[in-house]
Amino acid sequence: MQLTKEHFEPISVDLRQAEEIKRPSLSFWADVWRRLKMNKVAMASLIFILLLVACAIFIPIFSSHDYYTTNLAGKNKPPSAEHWFGTDDLGRDVFVRVWYGARISLEVGFAAALIDLIIGMIWGGIAGFYGGKVDEIMMRIADILYAIPYLLVVILLMVVMEQGVVTIIIALTITGWIGMARIVRGQILQLKAQEFVLAARSLGADNNRLIFKHLIPNALGPIIVTLSLTVPTAIFTESFLSFIGLGVSAPVASWGTMSAEGLAAMKYYPWRLMFPALFISVTMLAFNLFGDGLRDAVDPRLRK
Amino acid sequence: MIRYLGKRIFFMFLSLFLIVTATFFIMKAVPGGPFTSEKNVPDEIRAALEAKYKLNLPLHEQYLDYLKGIITWDLGPSFTEKSSTVNDMIKRGFPVSAHLGAQALLLAVFGGITLGVIAALKHNKWQDYTAMVIAVLGLSVPGFILASFYQYFFAIKWGWFPIAKWEGFEYTILPSLALSAMPMAFIARLTRSNMLEVLSQDYIKTAKAKGLNTFTITVKHAIRNALLPVITYLGPLVANILTGAFVIERIFGVPGLGREFVLSITNRDYTVIMGTTVFYSIILVAAVLLVDIAYTLVDPRIKLSDTGRE
Amino acid sequence: MKKSIFALVSSIAVLGAALAGCGGQQASTGDQNAPAGQQPAANAEKKPQLLRLNLHSEPPTADPGIAEDTTSGAIIQATFDGLTRIGKDGKTPEPSVAEKIDVSEDGLTYTFHLRDSKWSNGDPVTAHDFEYAWKRALDPKTASNYAYQLYYVKNGEAYNKGKAKAEDVGVKALDDKTLEVKLENPTPFFLELTTFRTYYPVNKKVVEANPKWANEASTHVGNGPFKMESWEHKSKMVLVKNDNYWDKDNVKLDRIEFSMVEDETTELSMFENGELDWAGAPMSSLPTDAIPALKDSGKMTTQPIAGTYWYKFNTEKPPFNNVKIRKAFAYAIDRQSLIDNILQAGQLPAMGAVPPSMALNKDGYFKDNDVETAKKLLAEGMQELGISKLPTITLSYNTHEGHQKIAQAIQDQWKKNLGVDVKLENKEWKVYLEDLHEGKFQIGRMGWLGDFNDPINFLELYKEKDGGNNDTRWENPKFKELLNRSAKESGEQRLKTLAEAEAVLMDEMPIIPIYFYTLSWVKDDDVKGVVIDGLGGVDWKWAYIE
Repeated sequence: MQLTKEHFEPISVDLRQAEEIKRPSLSFWADVWRRLKMNKVAMASLIFILLLVACAIFIPIFSSHDYYTTNLAGKNKPPSAEHWFGTDDLGRDVFVRVWYGARISLEVGFAAALIDLIIGMIWGGIAGFYGGKVDEIMMRIADILYAIPYLLVVILLMVVMEQGVVTIIIALTITGWIGMARIVRGQILQLKAQEFVLAARSLGADNNRLIFKHLIPNALGPIIVTLSLTVPTAIFTESFLSFIGLGVSAPVASWGTMSAEGLAAMKYYPWRLMFPALFISVTMLAFNLFGDGLRDAVDPRLRK
Repeated sequence: MIRYLGKRIFFMFLSLFLIVTATFFIMKAVPGGPFTSEKNVPDEIRAALEAKYKLNLPLHEQYLDYLKGIITWDLGPSFTEKSSTVNDMIKRGFPVSAHLGAQALLLAVFGGITLGVIAALKHNKWQDYTAMVIAVLGLSVPGFILASFYQYFFAIKWGWFPIAKWEGFEYTILPSLALSAMPMAFIARLTRSNMLEVLSQDYIKTAKAKGLNTFTITVKHAIRNALLPVITYLGPLVANILTGAFVIERIFGVPGLGREFVLSITNRDYTVIMGTTVFYSIILVAAVLLVDIAYTLVDPRIKLSDTGRE
Repeated sequence: MKKSIFALVSSIAVLGAALAGCGGQQASTGDQNAPAGQQPAANAEKKPQLLRLNLHSEPPTADPGIAEDTTSGAIIQATFDGLTRIGKDGKTPEPSVAEKIDVSEDGLTYTFHLRDSKWSNGDPVTAHDFEYAWKRALDPKTASNYAYQLYYVKNGEAYNKGKAKAEDVGVKALDDKTLEVKLENPTPFFLELTTFRTYYPVNKKVVEANPKWANEASTHVGNGPFKMESWEHKSKMVLVKNDNYWDKDNVKLDRIEFSMVEDETTELSMFENGELDWAGAPMSSLPTDAIPALKDSGKMTTQPIAGTYWYKFNTEKPPFNNVKIRKAFAYAIDRQSLIDNILQAGQLPAMGAVPPSMALNKDGYFKDNDVETAKKLLAEGMQELGISKLPTITLSYNTHEGHQKIAQAIQDQWKKNLGVDVKLENKEWKVYLEDLHEGKFQIGRMGWLGDFNDPINFLELYKEKDGGNNDTRWENPKFKELLNRSAKESGEQRLKTLAEAEAVLMDEMPIIPIYFYTLSWVKDDDVKGVVIDGLGGVDWKWAYIE
């Protein structure tokens, strides 16, 4: 390209304007959102997730089938115009069951993940930051909780608590946060030795501010990745817990339950495994891609 | 460091003691006992059984008994498998599980790091997306589904590997693959995420500016610093994977230790519950300690004994 | 991720078997007409007499005195022999180690004359070995769960419960070859009992020298058709023909190799791949979803066993303290449809408590799926209770995919037929058992597999309100009286009395019988002669490869 004089225009030097910030001032999260919007993959994932939630809410309401009515004569039928995803071993419509299951799986998966995230971040953050005795005691408590046989605890819970989603979420979070706490602690141990912490401290940041404004945001990468493990683990553990009698009772089924049940029939009636498993995988994919986008958007070093 | 280690080892034993104690009392609080069965036996027979296994003693005596057994590493007879002691069960099952676990671990660590590094180097390119789709699948398809799939295709349909049992190297491949999938996927994602962070750091830019090639930068400077969360994750993973995985062992007919962790509880096989829990806990606390030591090796700036306040 | 989660997040099918405890399969089969399959043309020459089986899991013990499960039972059946043994027909007890049996007129004294036979280590089998074995099983110090099987022997129960001395027990070796047994009551099925493992001998010398004799192949000594060659715990066991067996000429198999694979789907795949000669019952079971295909292929064999699957009412809690409401619930189940569509293995609908093999009444005591009567009874029952609408009913079962399916179908049937809302509740096996025994349930699933082939075994459960296996809290003076009367009778008269008792039970309906168990398996066409008895025990003594 040829540069000519017309391409340029002189500007007047105005000293009063020199100190002015040209870019509109954005809060941290507004900035994250702005950058997230530019990431097409992440946005597509977000839209997908919202759609999924909407479908989980509305499809079971408006469908002509329900999740519990059995029809033994029409069991194990492959997908058809009548039953889009086929029928299961008691002749129930898999399509509606998948959407109904979405409610439970999404609810349980995300509630558990959120609680794990919060407890894990606080626990790991404090242990890693204060170090020494605090670290020792907090992390040994985590080890002890982690080593007590989970199944025993679950059976005990079953005796003490009512069946239901809340019980499941409690059971999932008793030990679920430990992985997150370990990861956060490890990151904080590494980060607190770096210069920016010293800088922040010398600028007068107090400990809370240091942990939650400076250290945790810098550990967000591994935290988001750990969440991507927490959610599917919660979804499948839910199916196990429901199965042994802690969670939602049959005929309500979650994605985890449906795929676990479908597995035995894999060779004969593959749709019973395929659809719930597909939904779990695609949902996880969407969440991970969104999570990656979020991570990129949050990472101060990747700012452009 | 020596002082620090001494303190840590003291805490290790304290943790073990607390784990044993908590497990014992939870175990006793759970309804049902080893002799609860579908066909109720006459009370006298039940009493004789309880006397034989010392279940008629007061709770604290039973507790001290178990504690003594653990200290002398004589874990007692199994209630369900009358022909074995708990020591026998661990001696037989652990080598198998450890072998399988070690193979899976190698696969997971090397496979995961490789995938993660490739994805990070090709950030937002097709290689990145491919690697991450594989990883996400690995995370969202649980081991038992994967195991059944592998068995169905690689063993039953195509006959490349044996369907089940544990009689030689070819028998170990499918279970190792199934066992490694989830950790591999997770390690890949952790590595990628941290590599991206490290690659944007100034010292990497410096290295690039010095004209070092990508390979050298990656291997010499980046990976090492990106590994920290992977190491964190490896601690508990090692303990879990080496002591066996119930479902994988079951599907592939592997005579490992994993089943005992689950079946001992459903059978209320008290001695086996205590034995396996202690065994697992020892490996766990040791692995967690090794993780902390590994931190200081990977990043010498990390000081564990540092109280970090000022 | 945590160890336990790691171990536990797992397929329901897989967990089904693991967590369920059991509640239903055990086994049996006679070797009937093998259906012609598409096996590759058989070799003209003689095939190796090798049977490759899956034992499913590690046998908890190989000691007949303390064995209580079917897996141990199968190994013991192969490596031991009793005074009598169930014959090739799977029904009739035949003299085995005993050559001749004398019964006293009053039916209280049995004298067994033993034949010359040897232990697998060459020692002679003597009457002292039997006496020792029985007293050992009854000894409270041995703490054998199945000691009650020996309660028919005089003072057996008293000794086991610490109320008599070992010398008082009615079993005595008169000499090396003669065993005299005195019984508490005339027991018409006593010779059937002596085919049971608790009645088997153990080698006194071996057991006294080494209390751990039954733990390893190298020290295990039996007197049965096979002996243990190797036992790699949890992985493999090999039995070979016992050349010291008295009837070795009738044993054709040279070798039985057992795998120990716990997953049923894997087992079936190994069978289909030709690695096993047998899959399914009695050691294991066939995956439910595979059954239709196996049935269509004509390879599956099904045999009824003495067992009933039933639901129990807690008859003390309303609304099931009302007999009409209990009956309404029982009548409103379409058993045949459950069998055709869910169970699919030729089970028989149960309209009575006692299985058909010992049936007192072949036609049942009521009509299956009798919705009209059910509705009527429900209306009447509610009126009697003075309620206009039933509250939500809770149906409990132990964690198992099979129980869950049946419960869901019945839940829906009750909803459709009676308009009742039913909530399902499942619990971990042992928690479930405790709750059931403590009466913490409304309707609960259970099953009963016969200990011996006699109706009394099924009816006795409901005799006492506080009986260990009643759970329903139901008791009935007439029922009790009939059972007491039957103990003094014999033959046809006794069966008639028992039938009357069963009629009372079905008229009061403290339980809902659902179906009678069957065993299903697939096997290689050239495997013949495996005997599976009516209680689900398996005997490979006469098995051979054709």
